[in-house]
Amino acid sequence: MRLFSKIARTGIVTEALPDQPENPITLARQIDERARALLGRAVAIREVDAGSCNGCEVEIAGLPGPVYDMERFGLHFVASPRHADLLLVTGPVTRNMAVPLRKTYEATPDPKLVVAVGDCARTCGVFAGSYAVAGPVDTIVPVDVYVDGCPPSPADILRGILTALGRLDPSREGR
Amino acid sequence: MTIPDTLLLIFGALAAGAIAALVAPSGAWARRVSLASAFLACAAALALGIQAVQSGAVWIWHSDAVLSPLGGITLRLDPLGAFFLVIVAVAGLPASLYGVGYLRHLDARPRGRAVHALMNAFLAGMYAVPLADNVAMFLFAWEVMALASYLLVVSDPEDETAAAAGVWYAVMTHGGFLALLAAFLLLAPDQRLEFDAMRATAGGLSPAATMAVVLLSVAAFGSKAGLVPLHVWLPRAHPAAPSHVSALMSAAMVKLGVYGVVRLLFDIMPPLPLGWGALLLGLGVLTALTGVLYSVAETHLKRILAYSTIENVGFIFVALGFALLMRGYGHGALAAMGLMVALLHTLNHAVFKTLLFLAAGAVVHATHASSLEALGGLIKRMPHTAVLCLVGILALAAVPPFNGFTSEWLTFQLLIAGARYTAPSLAIMLPLALAAVALVAGLAALSAVRLFGIGFLALPRTEGAREAREAPLSMRAAMALPAAACVALGLMPTVALTRLAAVTSDLGLPMGQLDTGTSLVLPLVGSRLAPLAIAALLGGAGLGAAFISRGRRTRVRIDSAWNCGRIIQSPRTEYTAAAFAEPLKRVFTGFYRPMHEVTVDVHPASPYFVRAMTLRADVVPWMEQALYGPVVRGARLATDLVSRIHTGSIHWYLTLLPIALFALLLLARWIR
Amino acid sequence: MAALLLAAAELVLLMALAPGVVGYTRWVKARLQGRRGAGVLQPYRELRKTFGKSMVIADSASWIFHLAPWVVTASTVAAAALVPVVSVHQPADQLGDLFALMALLILGTVFLALGGLDPGTAFGGMGSSREMTVAALTEPTLAIAVLALALTSGSTSLGAIAGTVLANPANAIGPGHALAFAAFLIAMLAETGRLPIDNPATHLELTMIHEAMILEYSGPYLALLEWAAATKLTLLLVLAANMFAPWGIATAIEPGAVARSVGVILAKLLVLATLLAVLETRVAKLRLFRVPELLAVSFTLALLAATSSFFSR
Repeated sequence: MRLFSKIARTGIVTEALPDQPENPITLARQIDERARALLGRAVAIREVDAGSCNGCEVEIAGLPGPVYDMERFGLHFVASPRHADLLLVTGPVTRNMAVPLRKTYEATPDPKLVVAVGDCARTCGVFAGSYAVAGPVDTIVPVDVYVDGCPPSPADILRGILTALGRLDPSREGR
Repeated sequence: MTIPDTLLLIFGALAAGAIAALVAPSGAWARRVSLASAFLACAAALALGIQAVQSGAVWIWHSDAVLSPLGGITLRLDPLGAFFLVIVAVAGLPASLYGVGYLRHLDARPRGRAVHALMNAFLAGMYAVPLADNVAMFLFAWEVMALASYLLVVSDPEDETAAAAGVWYAVMTHGGFLALLAAFLLLAPDQRLEFDAMRATAGGLSPAATMAVVLLSVAAFGSKAGLVPLHVWLPRAHPAAPSHVSALMSAAMVKLGVYGVVRLLFDIMPPLPLGWGALLLGLGVLTALTGVLYSVAETHLKRILAYSTIENVGFIFVALGFALLMRGYGHGALAAMGLMVALLHTLNHAVFKTLLFLAAGAVVHATHASSLEALGGLIKRMPHTAVLCLVGILALAAVPPFNGFTSEWLTFQLLIAGARYTAPSLAIMLPLALAAVALVAGLAALSAVRLFGIGFLALPRTEGAREAREAPLSMRAAMALPAAACVALGLMPTVALTRLAAVTSDLGLPMGQLDTGTSLVLPLVGSRLAPLAIAALLGGAGLGAAFISRGRRTRVRIDSAWNCGRIIQSPRTEYTAAAFAEPLKRVFTGFYRPMHEVTVDVHPASPYFVRAMTLRADVVPWMEQALYGPVVRGARLATDLVSRIHTGSIHWYLTLLPIALFALLLLARWIR
Repeated sequence: MAALLLAAAELVLLMALAPGVVGYTRWVKARLQGRRGAGVLQPYRELRKTFGKSMVIADSASWIFHLAPWVVTASTVAAAALVPVVSVHQPADQLGDLFALMALLILGTVFLALGGLDPGTAFGGMGSSREMTVAALTEPTLAIAVLALALTSGSTSLGAIAGTVLANPANAIGPGHALAFAAFLIAMLAETGRLPIDNPATHLELTMIHEAMILEYSGPYLALLEWAAATKLTLLLVLAANMFAPWGIATAIEPGAVARSVGVILAKLLVLATLLAVLETRVAKLRLFRVPELLAVSFTLALLAATSSFFSR
């Protein structure tokens, strides 16, 4: 019962998305119109950690929580790439994770999108040139949106996903 | 054809087949002729049985020409006996067709001829048992059946477990024989060994004699049927025999144990005190639970099916016990319903168990592996066998619209009807029985999924499974027969039920008006079941689903299975049969008493360098050890003591002979 | 004829409502977690999207993989056809009863398990094994709950039970019914894979029961399976409502009564779904090997219900 009185006292804590991103969000290529049309307001996301330091993962872990509440945009995480529409890739792709990342991409049914999160995903970040790194994400799978930052804030990651979906325009902000 | 002519045809064909097997010029001809005559005999028996059940007439024939010191032989064909003729034929027809392809590898071996001859003898024994109407004929047929099947069980010299299995089987079946003999002698008035005479005088037996008769006969027939705790021969003997013989044993021979119980307790004996019905009900529940729990834990393909037979025999005895109980209470209609459900389940089980054993035989034949852990991926290598086996599996799991579901539904309704109409003394027993039956049904579904899923689906686990090829046409045709029967009996159960009503009314338990439409409507039960309509609904909805998901232009791409991005795909990552049963084994740890043995092989230099580790996990048959261990030890002790007489001295033996003769003469004098 | 049309409409209504019930439950849980959540109509959007995706099929899969979603959907539809939603006069009573409904659900479970084993993945096998074990262990509870209901209403047909409870309200408050209701609810949680037995929103494979079996499915097959799961939840909720508290259900097939009955069932679904969401927020998921203990509790409740029904006849 103490739980429910606490719930009642806390209320809804979801925050609106800020107007501007902290770090740049780049559209890497033209988004498939078919994907945009189908995915609309129901997107299943599979998160792939291709050898990251887990900094981005900690930020991504905040997404389903009450403050950032990705579910209000129709996004949710799924357990299998077969169920997924969008892959959220973090990390400089290490050599061990190159093949699994590629297999994850191939296991995902079309139409699909890829959002690369973090500086490591775009340029291998601080791990560039290491013997353990195979290359940035776009050398393994085609990327649609880059979200820069080390790590980017959950709000920025959300903006990146929504940009990939073509849903980010000012009239729909902060629902 | 008249009844005597048909019987002559049946037994004549079987005899001819047995002789042909021994004298035919080549092994291949021996096989073809003997199996063809077995097929013919079974077809004739099926026709005769169906006709006799429908006509409801009773035919009796007596002759003193044979076995006259024991009272000659009396044959009787009544609806109950005819029904069991149908059961044996339903198992025998596919089994004989199956043998054509299955036993081809025995053509060059002399024991092949023995196998064919013995199979005919086995069938002859099984047909004679329901026809027997006096003690001599009955016991003679019973023994022929037992001997023929024993020889078939030990027929494979390459099977190490066969000999031990044969010993268990022989000892238990002959123990049963002696118990039966004692029971019949107790029943027989004035040394007249006719069943008719016993019917007349059974009501006048003293309570002690009644108790002895019932105990002895339930022990003997129950052991043959596979009732716990006298079931231990079944999981040893059934896997050792050739698969078509296993099918016959599981589908037909154990049912003759059921036949014995019905004949003795419902036909010959008058209504019994309530305790017996409750005892049978309880034994049935115990048997069903034991059977299903072990069938989930086993990994040997045919042993799983043998335990599943035990489970279904448990169901049959639940219904039988219920019928006996209701007969004791005087509720004729409920007793009739119970008996009918029991008999329907014997038929249903005979059909799908035959199918499953034949499919198991096809799998073992193709993969040369008898363990479930060695199979896999067979659905792509043996596609027709897989489809046919799936029908049997779904019948085993008791899902609509197959025949296993019909008898399960009827059993549930039976227990509920019993709960509604009887005294509060059953207030605890019937709900518990219902719960146990429901649990067993659920676990049977688990066992069925495991059998088919691990055996046929996914990727092959061994070389044998990878190299498997589809079974020969005769084997597949043989499996198609019971598969079609499963579907037919599932969709139109009233066809069988109306005939069974004739059987029960012949036994003095009239059923009342039975609806002959396609729905199951029983008196006393307020609910209905329409299997045909349910099947139509399922089919329609399934087609709709298929259309929605594939009818449009859905693009499909083939890729490797999602194994979390693992680089190497291997069958080692698949679930094993033991793993599948693991959650259940944890729940029922008290029953299974699992044994874990870990051996660690370390490098001589240091105990920290492990070279190999072996885990042996086994289910301990503690019930067997507790019950039979002392018996076996006692028997060994007794035989050791007796063998002290074998001193080797001929003078001692010559002294013993006249002493033994003198003692026997004294004994004979004293009995007279 | 009117009864048949009504029955068909009931079935369509049930299947159309199902994703909404799931969406509503999720929405309440979101609010209890202090966040806005997606709307109640989100599962409909998800279904539409999933139906439009392409499929990826494993090369180790066989025709069982394709057959499984069709059979699961078919069996759920057939089971839903048996449930009285708005009227006591059920033509489906001619088709089957509560036991037939349980068996149809088992048919779906069997094929789902086979579909999980087919591609040969470890998680599929694990899900199948756990699902079949839990299904087998809930069978006795459901059977005895049916017995308790049948003892008071004289039949195991669904329409008849609803009608009898309606006619004798005193029975419904008796210990037999109340205990049977509690037992049925626990069994329902197990059958539909909700907390505390299974978390439908988890993505930790080792904690999955139902989800693990569908990890390999995509596109329209996945959509069918999700819809079937939602329909199963909804039909069991409607069953709970109309077997144990059928007041408001139409006893005659007239437009006024039927319309009122539709409103009543929507209200009951709303209440039950809210209770379900609150329960799922309050409890944590049980360890898999503690689940049989919970099921044993529900079995004992059911047994008590049956014996008290016996004595209160």
